[in-house]
Amino acid sequence: MSDVAERVKKIVIDHLGVDAEKVTEGASFIDDLGADSLDTVELVMAFEEEFGVEIPDDAADSILTVGDAVKFIEKAQA
Amino acid sequence: MRRVVITGTGMVSPLGCGTEVSWARLLDGHNAARQVTEFQVDDLPAKIACRLPFGDGSEGTFNPDDWMEPKEQRKVDDFIIYAMAASEMALKDADWHPKTDEDQIATGVMIGSGIGGLEGIVEGGITLRDRGPRRLSPFFIPGRLINLASGQVSIRHKLRGPNHSVVTACSTGAHAIGDAARLIGLGDADVMVAGGTESPISRIALAGFAACKALSTRHNDDPKKASRPYDKDRDGFVMGEGAGIVVLEELEHALARGARIYAEVVGYGMSGDAYHITAPSEDGDGAYRCMKMALKRAGLEPSDIDYINAHGTSTMADTIELGAVERLLGDHAGNVSMSSTKSAIGHLLGAAGAVEAIFCILAIRDNIAPPTLNLDNPSVETKIDLVPHAARKRKIDVALSNSFGFGGTNASLVLRRYEN
Repeated sequence: MSDVAERVKKIVIDHLGVDAEKVTEGASFIDDLGADSLDTVELVMAFEEEFGVEIPDDAADSILTVGDAVKFIEKAQA
Repeated sequence: MRRVVITGTGMVSPLGCGTEVSWARLLDGHNAARQVTEFQVDDLPAKIACRLPFGDGSEGTFNPDDWMEPKEQRKVDDFIIYAMAASEMALKDADWHPKTDEDQIATGVMIGSGIGGLEGIVEGGITLRDRGPRRLSPFFIPGRLINLASGQVSIRHKLRGPNHSVVTACSTGAHAIGDAARLIGLGDADVMVAGGTESPISRIALAGFAACKALSTRHNDDPKKASRPYDKDRDGFVMGEGAGIVVLEELEHALARGARIYAEVVGYGMSGDAYHITAPSEDGDGAYRCMKMALKRAGLEPSDIDYINAHGTSTMADTIELGAVERLLGDHAGNVSMSSTKSAIGHLLGAAGAVEAIFCILAIRDNIAPPTLNLDNPSVETKIDLVPHAARKRKIDVALSNSFGFGGTNASLVLRRYEN
């Protein structure tokens, strides 16, 4: 797992209070990890903070899974 | 109106997590005041407070994790966590866990707070100023709103009846119980989870209340001497925190399910001083009319009162309330015990009226008046027994609880031993 993926995973575990093994690349924040729409807003803010990237609202709407977040951040940092 | 009884209580107080532990320590003369060490107080005039006894949950300590998941706690101010804890205790105590549509819709929530999530608002303001609007949490608003205590409790327990909240400063808890009882009386609900919650102990609240000269500032080195209602050396209130919640229930509903009944809510009075934003009217007229209305509602006479839990904040206003009570009681004054439990737990602001109503219920149950601590030299002479220093065993069938708030808002509750 990449450095970005590890850090994303840690943020998700902290914010959603879920077990580490549930936080797989394909896990959906809402469907699999028990987040609601406000939780996802907060997660996106935490990603912005951690990685120093800006995630515009329309991009945030398409970040539905752990993998989506990792991909977006890796691309933004490239 | 339909009759309303209390079938459950829950409490998080500076004396302990739980109604019974708080009550036992109150009767034993425990005093929760201490110096504040959790944040900077050296530049504040008031450096003391009655904090909750935080701990692992054993021996009456309060462990927030027992009542709300840590990830949920992050999203709310403490007043909501306290309300969640006390509500869960109260519902368990009442053994009321509505599962059917009918029962859930018949059960409402009315939990108030005097100032709600003050500290979170401060932090949000700092975030906005220093880091901009994009860094403000989506939970900033729903974690601070006062009615979100009622909202969160209703969501947790699926209580789908009236969902309401009270904000009347230090009268909040009494108003919440009185208003909720009235909703049941009128038939809008059969059961209400009602009370008050407050988590004010923060730099900004200590600074703010000190600025309006409400807090004790002369006893910082001896905190347990600071809250001393009616005493000559009183100089302001000591801030407390916590929540008091009762389960109110329509009498027939309670009887039908065989619920244990603590007491009946027989009277509720309200009045406004229309005088000053922080000081009560000097003639005590608002307090007098409030108690009078509560007795009228109860169909009782002043001579029926056995015990009064005073508002008694340890400020100059104590004697104004005392004067109003003497006017109300007349020749009966010598038969009444009146204490201020704020001498032990401080002033819980929006939670005070609810916690104190619970103390009244237990005073009736156990036939004992809790003490007024630190009453070494009363500043006035009165025939009323102010229960100095130690609890007093005595017959108590009818108790009156007073709460008066900034803005000149007054509430009195009359509670009576339940008799068929």
